[in-house]
Amino acid sequence: MKILVCMKQVPQKDAPLKLNESGAWIREDVSYEVNEPDAFALEEALRQKEKHGGEVVVITSGPPRAQQVLREALAKGADRAIHLEDNAFVGLDALNTARAFAAAIKDETFDLIFTGLQSDDYGYAQTGVVLAELLGWPHATIIMQIEKNDAGIRVKRELEAGYFQFVEMPLPAVLTIQSGINKLRYATLIGIKQAKNKPLRKVAMAEVQSAVSANLQKIERLYVPQKTKNTEFLEGSAGEVARKLVDKLRNEVRVL
Amino acid sequence: MSDTILVVVEQREGKLNRVSWETLTAGQALAAETGWTLEAAVAGSGVANFANEVAAKKVAKVHAIESPRLEPYTPDAFSSALKQFIELKQPKLVLMPHTYQVRDFVPKLATAMGRTAISDCIGYKKEGGKLLFTRQMFQGKLAADVSFTCDAPWFVTFQNGAFRGDKAEAGASPAPVETVNVQIADGVIRNKPQEVFKEAKQAVDLTQAEIIISVGRGIKEQKNIELAKQLAEALGGELAASRPICDSGWLPMDRQIGSSGQTVAPKLYLALGISGAIQHIVGMKGSRTIIAINKDSEAPIFEIADFAVVGNLFDIVPPLIEEVKKAKAGG
Repeated sequence: MKILVCMKQVPQKDAPLKLNESGAWIREDVSYEVNEPDAFALEEALRQKEKHGGEVVVITSGPPRAQQVLREALAKGADRAIHLEDNAFVGLDALNTARAFAAAIKDETFDLIFTGLQSDDYGYAQTGVVLAELLGWPHATIIMQIEKNDAGIRVKRELEAGYFQFVEMPLPAVLTIQSGINKLRYATLIGIKQAKNKPLRKVAMAEVQSAVSANLQKIERLYVPQKTKNTEFLEGSAGEVARKLVDKLRNEVRVL
Repeated sequence: MSDTILVVVEQREGKLNRVSWETLTAGQALAAETGWTLEAAVAGSGVANFANEVAAKKVAKVHAIESPRLEPYTPDAFSSALKQFIELKQPKLVLMPHTYQVRDFVPKLATAMGRTAISDCIGYKKEGGKLLFTRQMFQGKLAADVSFTCDAPWFVTFQNGAFRGDKAEAGASPAPVETVNVQIADGVIRNKPQEVFKEAKQAVDLTQAEIIISVGRGIKEQKNIELAKQLAEALGGELAASRPICDSGWLPMDRQIGSSGQTVAPKLYLALGISGAIQHIVGMKGSRTIIAINKDSEAPIFEIADFAVVGNLFDIVPPLIEEVKKAKAGG
């Protein structure tokens, strides 16, 4: 099976975020990491390849720093990478990101495309499904298990509140992968070494520009959310804080 | 003809999803603000009873979008049916709850219509004649006001808990219900869904717990779960966790709180090392009292905490266990 994995670089989970001058995006001088669900999507693609053979290709869009995500994926075992390299990709909405990806892979033939179920920065949860529609492929979201069969694949979808559902579907297809579908591997030293020689194709904005339009939605402003609750911060040494907490538990929460 | 706001309520497995009422409340508020007409729709096979249920609320009209091919749910059929209906009715604004089902088909539907969806919104604003929809970004650390820069129809999905379902106003008299039969051609539906099932029987029903001690990534290692367990025992509460802890197998899946786990509203929710990603918050924000201990002062969990401690849980929890034991012993 030939599998494409869409991956994204996002600010690290505990990175302190500051607004930039425009007030509509963050300052970019933070630490980045791979979007967590995308790491699970990559792992699942590598496992499918180990079972059924084929090729794993990783794709991302973003400025030069985003290449780190692809390098890590190549070190873990992906065969090659595609980087839509331009800072302008950062601000694209889900529709235009998917359009750019579709344009970048128009000469390829994949059996499956995986994305993480959503990104930790925008949190749209849309790009994978939009890409499926643009390609005219079926899709399934929030996937916890994938089995290949004669007709195509059988996947396990996660529904709300502990419910699941198996879905049979033909290939090619797009799947959005849920965190926790598998156990992540670490890159080996030899993998990291080999990654340096694996092909990485760069795609400039100009090459996909004709597929992309002006955004259909716009972030007017970004801000620290107003607190809806009056939070009381308890301070002091650990012992003092413990005593204050017990006082709250007894006199205000009334559970002691 | 005035502009229309269309709320698409969700039915699943023969039940109207409760979160639909929240979206209807949002629709009523938006209708009051804009002066646009509010209508509702429900799609499925044999959904007249749901349409009638919704018609009791203050809406101008309810549409029952019918096709035998809408049951069971598939993104292909729902997208096809709603596209036909929306092209026919031309609503300005289409509102839906941000459920696992909606997020499965709305991006497809919007794309098929050459439009976009602003997803997982927690509110709206009207500024200078322009509608802005507020959504959380960066796992809730920041919020964004987002506008549409394309023509209508505009698709918006609202997060679970963003509006009060019980505030949905009843109508003076039942709204008219119209059945719309849609044609879904052969070959449109490509997925074959099977029965919905529950993994194993839920061993722990956390929804009944009065006190919940919940752990997140900040617990760092599996062996540290013991510390949280001791606190739970001292307080007489249940142990729970955010998704990454269950994904790592440190606690069983049936102790997971959040959109993919259980939704709880205990008397006390004590969050240890939980940053408060949206998916977790939706499962516990209804708790009567929330206490959060986290070393990151910017953790979103503090936004909803009643009492907050910025600090290392490994410093604070051991003396806390001792103080709780003392208090219980009548000290």
